[in-house]
Amino acid sequence: MCIPLPANKKVAMPEKLKLNSIPMNKQPPEVRRRNPYEVAQGYTYEQAVEEAKRCIQCKKPACIQGCPVDIDIPSFVKALAEGDLPQAAKIIYGTNTLPAICGRVCPQETQCQENCTLGKKGDPVFIGRLERFVADWARENPEESGIFKIALPKPTGKKVAIIGSGPAGLTCASDLAKAGHKVVIYEALHLAGGVAVYGIPEFRLPKKIVQAEIDYLVNVLGVELKRNQVVGRSATLDELLADGYHSIFLGIGAGAPMFLNIPGENSNMVYSANEFLVRLNLMKAYLFPAYDTPVKVGKRVAVVGAGNVAMDAARWAVRMGADEVYIVYRRTEAEMPARIEEVENAREEGVIFKVLTLPVRVIPSAHGSVEAIECVQMELGEPDESGRRRPIVKPGSEFCMEIDTLIPALGTQPNPLVPRQTPDLKTTSRGTVVADEKGKTTKEKVWAGGDIVTGAATVISAMGAGRRAATDIDARLKNHS
Amino acid sequence: MNRILVKKELAPKIKLIEFENRDIASKAKPGQFVVIQMGEKGERFPLTISGIDPGKGMVRVIFNEVGKSSKRLGALAEGEEIGNVAGPLGNPAEIEKFGTVLCFGGGVMTGPMAYEAAAFKKAGNRVITVIGARNKELLILKDEMNALSDKLYVSTDDGSEGYKGLDFLRDILEGEKVDRVIGMSVATATLRTLCELTRPYGVKTIVSLTPIMLDGTGMCGVCRVVVGGQTKFACVDGPEFDGHLVDWDLLESRKRVYSHEERVSTLLDEQVGKDCASRFQQTRK
Ligand SMILES: Cc1cc2nc3c(=O)[nH]c(=O)nc-3n(C[C@H](O)[C@H](O)[C@H](O)COP(=O)(O)OP(=O)(O)OC[C@H]3O[C@@H](n4cnc5c(N)ncnc54)[C@H](O)[C@@H]3O)c2cc1C
Ligand SMILES: Cc1cc2nc3c(=O)[nH]c(=O)nc-3n(C[C@H](O)[C@H](O)[C@H](O)COP(=O)(O)OP(=O)(O)OC[C@H]3O[C@@H](n4cnc5c(N)ncnc54)[C@H](O)[C@@H]3O)c2cc1C
Ligand code: FES
Repeated sequence: MCIPLPANKKVAMPEKLKLNSIPMNKQPPEVRRRNPYEVAQGYTYEQAVEEAKRCIQCKKPACIQGCPVDIDIPSFVKALAEGDLPQAAKIIYGTNTLPAICGRVCPQETQCQENCTLGKKGDPVFIGRLERFVADWARENPEESGIFKIALPKPTGKKVAIIGSGPAGLTCASDLAKAGHKVVIYEALHLAGGVAVYGIPEFRLPKKIVQAEIDYLVNVLGVELKRNQVVGRSATLDELLADGYHSIFLGIGAGAPMFLNIPGENSNMVYSANEFLVRLNLMKAYLFPAYDTPVKVGKRVAVVGAGNVAMDAARWAVRMGADEVYIVYRRTEAEMPARIEEVENAREEGVIFKVLTLPVRVIPSAHGSVEAIECVQMELGEPDESGRRRPIVKPGSEFCMEIDTLIPALGTQPNPLVPRQTPDLKTTSRGTVVADEKGKTTKEKVWAGGDIVTGAATVISAMGAGRRAATDIDARLKNHS
Repeated sequence: MNRILVKKELAPKIKLIEFENRDIASKAKPGQFVVIQMGEKGERFPLTISGIDPGKGMVRVIFNEVGKSSKRLGALAEGEEIGNVAGPLGNPAEIEKFGTVLCFGGGVMTGPMAYEAAAFKKAGNRVITVIGARNKELLILKDEMNALSDKLYVSTDDGSEGYKGLDFLRDILEGEKVDRVIGMSVATATLRTLCELTRPYGVKTIVSLTPIMLDGTGMCGVCRVVVGGQTKFACVDGPEFDGHLVDWDLLESRKRVYSHEERVSTLLDEQVGKDCASRFQQTRK
């Protein structure tokens, strides 16, 4: 499929800037509202090459600065424009171990694409879609792409335990295995992948893609994966160190749900977004009863919050047959933390946005299920420490929304299990683990990175943290041999 | 891993399984539980640990065959493997020398109660045990309990053996000083009755709660219970709590959410099982 050009041949600069991007195929809203399949269907080869050709190859590429892991974006885009897919894949995989995931879920609009020079006059180059295309091609054509062929160095005899198999843990594991260390991943759940398997829905990130990344780690890089291991309850960090591990990396995420803390919140049919998403994504409740775990979704669903988690929960509720699905948010659309693309997708699928609204009480029915929520109207006041205007309650604005399912999606916080069992691991008042820029914690031989250090953030920042920690761990292990 | 070493039927629809899992066996303490998943399509469901043998790497569970998942577990034979088992989960029971401890094990939870009562005995307590069941046929582990306790009482709902109901506990509490009561039962109503009986005597009563669980690691919140006005996640903050502070109405209501789906699942499984069996027989003919 690819015809590599001679290396010295330059791509001619386009005479005229192409300001309009190539649109990507998506399932139409009325179709995707009722199925769990991926919404965005990706570029074809021709579309990807066309889009790549829009890149003007800036002398000082600003896009790279927007990338938390410094992918050499102009070079991979150039290789793609020239049809040299193996080269494009090689460049991406050189710095990003999980590009098929990142190409789908990274907030490119606030990272690489935000800095794109073309974006100042028209559409930026859709770098994420190109990354996704190259990664999918590489995965589906392992022989041609060659990225999975890797000569592992001689084993160093050093052993590292990775706790948690989210993006942070997987990246750290992959780098350390490539450096020749023996790596063992401990994962609490029965499936590896972290939020990518239990949180982000199939319709945004097909689970077979995550599985392929894990298979690569286990089958090609020789990483050992131990599932069903709740570290802190099973082994403690000290026990793992005593067991012969030379270092530990903690990538346990921020997985504990937050609630609104309002009266009636423990009524039935009030789900944390985590519970709702775990049932659907990890346990595949959308296939009940072929799969054993059920999920109950009513006819009128309110999701509280406006981050990615809230959009995912609302869009699942649509797919599970709810008649009306609301996003209830106390600020306005301008402040919504979710990716713009996902807000747009949700709106197209019929999600109704109720902004400047805050639930204050859950009203249960006689048999204990939510029947309505009492809300108040908000208005925006002075900016707060986050720079966003602070929502304040409009006096006397109480009103009721009749609903039968309530999903608080207010974000997550670190699970205190490991810190509680590890007194010499310093944590902040928010429960996050204290670590320096290389991921080193206050506890000897223990590093940490990803959401457990930053609080809920992004896949790519977790990967970056996993990589920096791996570099530091590798350096120390080599020095101490 | 998780290979079944021993399987026994203790009473109709009550099974004991001992399986091999060195990690859990080396760590588990009384009061903790495991989460089991039968096959990749299975749900995750909790069972309290009823005993361990660290030397053999053995973990014991005792369970009721009530619905789809527990029936499938009960259908496995010795030598077969249980898919996924995570544990030990939850906080270990608070085992100390309190003086006289009254241990109540209702139905299938007599299993984990035997494990915990033995630990209280070892810690130097005088141990009174009460085992209960709906009827005589469903009583389990009477001899084991008798051997480890200073005194054993038997109670059945229908009076077919021992005392009828739990009212006789009042006589015990009036007759001697009990320093702590521990209650285990999957029947929330029974635990509630126990707590109401002990409340007037001011005896601290600890109960092991069994709300619906999903992950068992603190990440979903489906297991939330209200204790002393505060919301707690039973899987990480419990499962044992002060029974006099539990919001029982809430717990009972939350446990019923999925009863319809559970029935669908069980009926379907039985039907599919029958279909397969009859097809199998037909092909054999
Ligand atoms: C619904 C949802 C949607 C999101 N959408 C996006 C998006 O579109 N784009 C984006 O960039 N980011 C998104 N995020 C955020 C992103 O997924 C996270 O920032 C990222 O996954 C963090 O990676 P991590 O490796 O730190 O932790 P996680 O992915 O949370 O992984 C942690 C792993 O550690 C395991 N673990 C926890 N405790 C233990 C223990 N004691 N022992 C063993 N294992 C343990 C967990 O089971 C889990 O598998 C989303 C998050 C959610 C919840
Ligand atoms: C901490 C804890 C410890 C437990 N220990 C034991 C034990 O040692 N022995 C024992 O026999 N049972 C125990 N249970 C109850 C056991 O988990 C349920 O009986 C089991 O999940 C039933 O599943 P099923 O598919 O066979 O039945 P289903 O038909 O699905 O359900 C039957 C009943 O089991 C309960 N149940 C169903 N799903 C769950 C779930 N995911 N989590 C919790 N309860 C559920 C509900 O009350 C339901 O009405 C315990 C429960 C908890 C929470
Ligand atoms: S079972 Fe999910 S938090 Fe307790």
